[in-house]
Amino acid sequence: MAEALFRPLSARDGLRKEWSDGRSTASVAAEFVKPNSRLTSVERLEIYARSYWFRVLDCLCEDYPGVRAILGERRFMKLATEFLARFPSASFTLRNLGSRLPAFIAEEPAFSGPHVALAADMARFEWAQVVAFDGPALPVLTREDVIAAGPALRVTLQPYLTVAEYAYPVDQFALALKKTALRGEASNALAAMPSSRRKPRPRLPRPARSFVAVHRQDNMLYFKRLEPEAFAILTGLGAGRTLAAACAAALRQADPGVDWAARVRQWFQTWQGLGWFARRGASGRSRRERA
Amino acid sequence: MPANPFNNQTEYGIGIGLRVPHFRHILEKKPVVDWFEIISENFMVDAGRPLEVLDRILEQYRVVQHGVSMYFGSADKPDREHLKRLKTLVRRTKTPWLSDHLCWGSVDGRYTHDLLPMPYTLSVARHTAEKIRHVRDFVEVPICVENVSSYAEFHQSEMTEWEFLSEVVEKADCGILLDVNNIYVSSKNHDFDPFDYLDHIPHHRVGQIHIAGHTKFEKYLLDTHDHPVLDPVWKLYAHAIKLCGHTATLLEWDDRIPSFDEVHHEALKATKFLGRQTGRAAVPAKEPAAA
Repeated sequence: MAEALFRPLSARDGLRKEWSDGRSTASVAAEFVKPNSRLTSVERLEIYARSYWFRVLDCLCEDYPGVRAILGERRFMKLATEFLARFPSASFTLRNLGSRLPAFIAEEPAFSGPHVALAADMARFEWAQVVAFDGPALPVLTREDVIAAGPALRVTLQPYLTVAEYAYPVDQFALALKKTALRGEASNALAAMPSSRRKPRPRLPRPARSFVAVHRQDNMLYFKRLEPEAFAILTGLGAGRTLAAACAAALRQADPGVDWAARVRQWFQTWQGLGWFARRGASGRSRRERA
Repeated sequence: MPANPFNNQTEYGIGIGLRVPHFRHILEKKPVVDWFEIISENFMVDAGRPLEVLDRILEQYRVVQHGVSMYFGSADKPDREHLKRLKTLVRRTKTPWLSDHLCWGSVDGRYTHDLLPMPYTLSVARHTAEKIRHVRDFVEVPICVENVSSYAEFHQSEMTEWEFLSEVVEKADCGILLDVNNIYVSSKNHDFDPFDYLDHIPHHRVGQIHIAGHTKFEKYLLDTHDHPVLDPVWKLYAHAIKLCGHTATLLEWDDRIPSFDEVHHEALKATKFLGRQTGRAAVPAKEPAAA
């Protein structure tokens, strides 16, 4: 039965006529499923196969609305179907279903046509939102911790925070999608099935390097543009460098005419205020990405 | 006094499912509701808004956990991470009992996220009961298993569904979450008398009852939870209460969810059946002398 479920549906959203070994699916189904007076064995099995595919495809639609908008309905469904055929859910929760989709898009460019880079960027950005929605939070670094450590300070970035570099302005594109790219609830909430309504395809953005942090504040999702140097500092801190080392590496080729000390101080105060830093050694894994 | 040995929570009356579209209404209006049932998996997360909402609900209401992915009937052993997260949530909610489905849904670490029917054989019943005991011993709360609605039957089955359910719960020494809508849906799909089902299960093990709506298609009924409870299901519910005594009852409404008040009003229709039972000073379902 599981084999019938995990095989992608036919073009008519039914079970494929031919089983994997060449036999007819109807004859295979008849071997283990009883027919009744109204439904054949294969028709009964088909109810489950449809239910499975509609559920998992709906889940990816909900978690990746931006990728769906970029690729269009037909191409997105093809991508999602192929992805799910190769990587069926390996977790008790649907929350993790699409975790490998960003990598899959990059590894299998044929499914995204001319929009591979944009789709891959958007997928990373949207997965970062899943992480920010319900990812773990560690005890926040206090002002006293910072003062005590001085320039030798090492921090851990909050596990729910993702800082990443993108080749496209994915955050602006998400806003252009009227903020529908930001989820409001758990992706595995049974009550929150996504709509299948077709939306007009938005104008796609042109390449423009961007650095974005996806995080949460008071349990609401936010994304925040970062300056390249700020991104580099956060990346360095996330990699375990001291504050001094992270700043030195990030500002090595920076414009000498800028008062970087003041700017870094301001950034640090903002990040600290947002609770992005946890004490080094607190359990958990900080998320750092690079395109 | 409990109505039966597995229903020692008789002060639990009519509850409703805690669903995302109602979060705001419940938190702001604080309606009088006896108890809420949560889908465990939606709250088995590390942090974020789901847990914030849950904690606020727990300040005001009693919560009972209902799971959708333990898959007692799957050949796989329970996932350790799943069990640990479930136990953490049990401690948080202090749920007096825990329910999940009498079904399978995963194979070789791949998850269907569906409630799939099992072949009704003695060996499957033994395996399932063993798994229920294992989970109960780990989470340390009583377990009730729910009968699922189904659309397929297997040639391999050696007994009726109600015989299988009885066999499992006796071997596992656990309770039953009796879903009378599921019984009705399956009775139409598999051509049996739903009252036979009710009459032949161990009533003294029924710890909770589910009621819900379903959808009628040309050749089968589908358990959709997107309608009010239909008359034939109310009749079954009335019969179940007669047999089982006063039992905690929950209305499931998971799709096309109307206002909170409409859902609550529908759930409270069960009052007249529970009231009748209470008014008769309850004739508790007795455990058979020789079980």
